[in-house]
Amino acid sequence: MGRIHSLLAAAMATGFMATPASAYMVYVSNERDNTVTVVDSTTMEVVKTLNVGQRPRGITISHDGKFIYLCASDDDTIEIIDTSTMEIVGTLPSGPDPELFVLSPDGKTLYVANEDDNLVTVIEIESKRVLAEIPVGVEPEGMGISPDGSVMVNTSETTNMAHFIDTASNEITDNVLVDSRPRFAEFTPDGKQVWISAEIGGTVSVIDNETREVTKKVTFEIPGLRAESIQPVGVRITADGKKAYVALGPANRVAVVNTETYEVEKYVLVGQRVWQLAFTPDQKTIISTNGISNDITFIDVATDEPVQSVTVGALPWGVVVSPN
Amino acid sequence: MKSAVPGTLAAFFCFFSLIVNVPGALAQGAAPGQSASSKKAEKPVTEVKIGYLRAYAPQLALSVLDVPPRDEGVAGAELAIADNNTTGSFLGQKFMLEVVEVEPGADVTQAFDQLVGNGNQYVLADLSAEQLLSIADAARDKGVLLFNVGAADDSLREEECRANIFHTTPTRSMLADGLAQYLIWKQWRRWVLIHGSHDGDKLLADALRRAATRFGGEIVAEKLFEDRGTARRTDSGVVQIQKQMPVFTQDLPEHDVVLVADENEVFGTYVPFRTWVPRPVAGSAGLVPSGWHPASEQWGGTQIQNRFEKAADRRMISRDMSAWIAVRTLGEAATRTQGNDFAKIDAFVRSDDFSIAAFMGQKLTFRKWNLQLRQPIFLGDGRSVVSTSPQEGFLHQVSELDTLGVDQPETACTLD
Repeated sequence: MGRIHSLLAAAMATGFMATPASAYMVYVSNERDNTVTVVDSTTMEVVKTLNVGQRPRGITISHDGKFIYLCASDDDTIEIIDTSTMEIVGTLPSGPDPELFVLSPDGKTLYVANEDDNLVTVIEIESKRVLAEIPVGVEPEGMGISPDGSVMVNTSETTNMAHFIDTASNEITDNVLVDSRPRFAEFTPDGKQVWISAEIGGTVSVIDNETREVTKKVTFEIPGLRAESIQPVGVRITADGKKAYVALGPANRVAVVNTETYEVEKYVLVGQRVWQLAFTPDQKTIISTNGISNDITFIDVATDEPVQSVTVGALPWGVVVSPN
Repeated sequence: MKSAVPGTLAAFFCFFSLIVNVPGALAQGAAPGQSASSKKAEKPVTEVKIGYLRAYAPQLALSVLDVPPRDEGVAGAELAIADNNTTGSFLGQKFMLEVVEVEPGADVTQAFDQLVGNGNQYVLADLSAEQLLSIADAARDKGVLLFNVGAADDSLREEECRANIFHTTPTRSMLADGLAQYLIWKQWRRWVLIHGSHDGDKLLADALRRAATRFGGEIVAEKLFEDRGTARRTDSGVVQIQKQMPVFTQDLPEHDVVLVADENEVFGTYVPFRTWVPRPVAGSAGLVPSGWHPASEQWGGTQIQNRFEKAADRRMISRDMSAWIAVRTLGEAATRTQGNDFAKIDAFVRSDDFSIAAFMGQKLTFRKWNLQLRQPIFLGDGRSVVSTSPQEGFLHQVSELDTLGVDQPETACTLD
């Protein structure tokens, strides 16, 4: 501990951002012990652990990398963390029990899923004002936004729908049925498709953003594992749009899906109950949070091999990487 | 015991039909519907009417903390109606619940006819096995699907099974197997069984004996605790119990666990901490197997627990969950079949495509051979969840959930 502290002190003394140019900071929310762990992406070592609000889950970062936004679910708030000091500098009015959110491409608006209230809350970050509350299905969770920011997609876990919301009017335009307990919504970089994971259904539905219809269902099969233990949660698609990574929960693996054939090309064994994923900005690495094994795994995107696992806090949930 | 009250009087006395939780359901369900309807003109609304037929009388318990809530089960159905209506608001579907109560042991045919007469093609039954069977054939002839949310009797899924009765509540054998797997996992293999003298106690004792044989437990001794009709709550009864229970358990051979089968609140609660030798207690007291636990927060459980408490002003218990699952099953079927076509809903629930998510970590499905819901069994001590079964290592070629209860090769059920 002492060594880590002195290292940390040294890091702080030289300024937190004064790390090698290629290093990114990886921020992990730990649902169980109310902390955020900061990991250096180059050394793959923990550089800091920060105490935050209760039951931290969804985590994202401003496009300039200056602020982290964190859902402190049981405190019914979103905390703003200044990345230069790693201190909580404010909160946003999230509505009750915020779980996941998505930041608009222009960085001005945060769309938050309030899972206890069947609402999506729209927050203007600068004024810290609630712009709208959009009624959606039961237990809203997954939040995705189109690259141009015009369409937001929310998934509701008990209603089993993807709700397409026009961000200009903040109204639902389409409701698309997907499989059981949809957890995550991810647009392809060209904005033509939305990928929706269904945790209990065990599938990922690919929805055409033009027709708003499910055009493909990605299924998973792992020899020796029961179908019920394959529970897709986090989804991330590479910037070139060629590969999708799907975290498979208690199957302890991340599936690598070819977005042209929709076939799984590889299952990467990571840690136990893998939930969320994040790329480094250079797209060389994708990082998974493994809840039950209390660690994160760095996966090499070129080879799809796991590189290293790093122990973080208790029940790591969300992960985001600094953009610079 | 048949009710002496004539049918019409019973009807007047017992029927209080209500469309439940109207403010809650509207508040939660109608908001998106309203905005949608104002935007997209009038969308035709399909109604799905669900009845809830319930045998109810106030019950006593050894501990006042265990007195069943007035709306046990019904509150779970109401919450599922609200959930279904939130989803329904996007699809033009409206779900309604009509609750009818009769006395335990009373004739239920008239109450059932009333529900059917009011257009309820789906009826949740929170009744005794005898009462449920008394309406099964009439339900079949009238094209009504029944959902058993209250009776744990294995016989309803075996020799007395029916093609029009789905069961969302676990059987005694599922509960016993869930408990037994945990005790074996703990390597607590030697059990003594103390059972009561009521019919349900004997059936639960049978289920525990069967579980011992299946999973390698050994019942080293059995004792009957006769119900002599003593008052369940007396001012200083506790002083006597402290002296009586040790003596009652004094002559037992070496054992690891005391199993208690007492479904009627006669003695079970009095066993823990009062045995002659210090041993854990399980069954109807101590470590209790159940279909749901009011403290379960795993697998997204926090969400339904919060939602339930907000709506019902109490914690969610097993019967609430059985009823929630039954109503959600119909909601899911109406969503997936895009309407209220009875034949389509019936076919969908029976199909391979059907599954339901109920905060238990995996999809739940019905056993095709007897229409029993596959589900994990919670093991709790009244404060918290100790474990859930199936336990690791109890394997099955189809579904590990089929290690709980009577499996297909053993079933006595033939559905026609």
